[in-house]
Amino acid sequence: MSGEQIEIQIIASLVAVTCAIPGVFLVLRRMAMMSDAISHAILLGIVLAFFAIHDISSPLLIIGAALSGVLTVSIVELLNKTKLVKEDAAIGLVFPVLFSIGVILIARYAWSIHLDVHAVLLGELAFAPFDRLTVGGFDLGPKSLYVMGTILLINLIFILLFYKELKISTFDAGLAAALGFSPGLIHYGLMGLVSVTAVGAFDAVGSILVVALMVTPPAAAYLLTDKLSYMIILSAVIGVVSAISGFWLAILLDANIAGSMATMAGLVFLIVFLFAPDRGIVAIARRRSRQRWEFAGKMLAIHLLNHEGTPDEKRESQVEHLEENLCWKEGFANKVIKYAESKGILIHDRGMLRLTGYGREYAMKSVTDEST
Amino acid sequence: MKYAIEVEDLTVAYKEKPVLWDVDLNVPEGVLMSIVGPNGAGKTTLIKAMLGLVNTAAGRVSIYGKPYSKQRSLVGYVPQRGSVDWDFPTSVGDVVMMGRYGALGWLKRPGKREVELSLRALEKVGMAKYADRQISQLSGGQQQRVFLARALVQDAKIYLMDEPFQGVDATTERAIVTLLQELRAAGKTVVVVHHDLQTVPEYFDWTALLNVRLIASGPVDTVFTEENLRLTYGGRVSFIKHNGHNTDSDQEKRAEAGGI
Repeated sequence: MSGEQIEIQIIASLVAVTCAIPGVFLVLRRMAMMSDAISHAILLGIVLAFFAIHDISSPLLIIGAALSGVLTVSIVELLNKTKLVKEDAAIGLVFPVLFSIGVILIARYAWSIHLDVHAVLLGELAFAPFDRLTVGGFDLGPKSLYVMGTILLINLIFILLFYKELKISTFDAGLAAALGFSPGLIHYGLMGLVSVTAVGAFDAVGSILVVALMVTPPAAAYLLTDKLSYMIILSAVIGVVSAISGFWLAILLDANIAGSMATMAGLVFLIVFLFAPDRGIVAIARRRSRQRWEFAGKMLAIHLLNHEGTPDEKRESQVEHLEENLCWKEGFANKVIKYAESKGILIHDRGMLRLTGYGREYAMKSVTDEST
Repeated sequence: MKYAIEVEDLTVAYKEKPVLWDVDLNVPEGVLMSIVGPNGAGKTTLIKAMLGLVNTAAGRVSIYGKPYSKQRSLVGYVPQRGSVDWDFPTSVGDVVMMGRYGALGWLKRPGKREVELSLRALEKVGMAKYADRQISQLSGGQQQRVFLARALVQDAKIYLMDEPFQGVDATTERAIVTLLQELRAAGKTVVVVHHDLQTVPEYFDWTALLNVRLIASGPVDTVFTEENLRLTYGGRVSFIKHNGHNTDSDQEKRAEAGGI
């Protein structure tokens, strides 16, 4: 591994962790699409700030961009409040307008500088190691390492200080307000954080990957844990895994690094979505199928119990009449009988079914359980 | 008489449409009060206005003589169960602990004392063994008990509850009523938005009848009359007050339908 490759992976991992932190709260607040809006709309802020100070590397650009992110959120909320536009439509209305004004301004007045639309959307992580921070002739490493490191620090401090406030205002904004925690303030604090994160990450990886890293890892982590703190940590881990594996995928395919990382994030999500231990699709399907057999076994046991000692007992417990009596599909009855036998619920004796002692108890218990 | 809550000339409107029209309501200390009225009568809005959660067009609310913002620690709030996302990744104990956040204030983190208090509150509602349970696994009645525990842990003097009986089974309803009566016996003031007219005389000693305007408020014996109910529910209610515990759901439905 070359020095540049290591640096790229470190930067990408930093971006992933930095995005995961506010991303968790966006996903829990059902505001995932706000990351899309903010990460695009900040372009306008960057361009306007550049016009004001004429320095593409000034940190003031980040502030300008962050302000435009917060402005986007406010416009969306204002539109939504009129009740003439729904929130998702408002998001879709606002950010393309702001973004395209930014694009036009670049094309018209700033085409000579390093702001090009392609890099805005996909970033160019491969160039990140070439823009270095040097102090007194000493090479201290790529600049974006420091930019992202600082933003990560800001995010960490914010989350450590306001964890409790973020948690309560996300879970129950009404109670948060009643207890004197201003949910509006926390909301805008979080939006400011998303904006600053998007600006920093945007320079390194472009706006598409910002969205991918803010939404995908938290969405995957949500399926894996029941605890907010674990969800944040897991999101960070999933983000880093996507970033590093995405980097190697890009090398393998000779493709854009940011695009490969977003692809890997999607792939990781797909794996979690399918195989998460409790909430994955496979686990759900397994549970359903088990419940289906259990339920059929119960039905059969209750059926036998109901007819025990009645004149038509003989007919009702005949295997060949079972499908007809219970209106079951052909072949299903035999499978249920096998299942029930394996569980010790009944005994299959020359075409006749008999409940075991356990089976009788099981049937009675099932009846009372269902009725409570 | 000492008043726990005083509402004066309160008007709340969404745009120009009034939800509460000039409501004057005094809640004496130590009563167990229900707020009843048809759908859209502004019951929830009244509670939210007491908590400063909605903008008022006119009027004021005082808690023991001062605005709510100065008396937050005196008031415990139980919102409607459906107002939160029960799939949120957190445990029962954590939700109850949120009731202590107000006393902690900004930045301070909950510690051992808060864990202890939350457990004790969970014991009171019979949910102590569920402390570590993920909240998405709870039934409706259990969710409601968790919300009650969260209010209890605030150790307030006034409790405002928005439909604590909604969607809970009979056992939970009994448990909640017992709890409310214990709170009253301990000298607390409890205000409950309530939907079931049949149980008002049995559960509560004070009531307010609301339909955008306040129709009446006072002791259940004197205020919960057929006349007042007719005024509240728009004249079509044929509810008879002293019919014991026979729940006549037909009449109740008619009462509901009579509203706006």
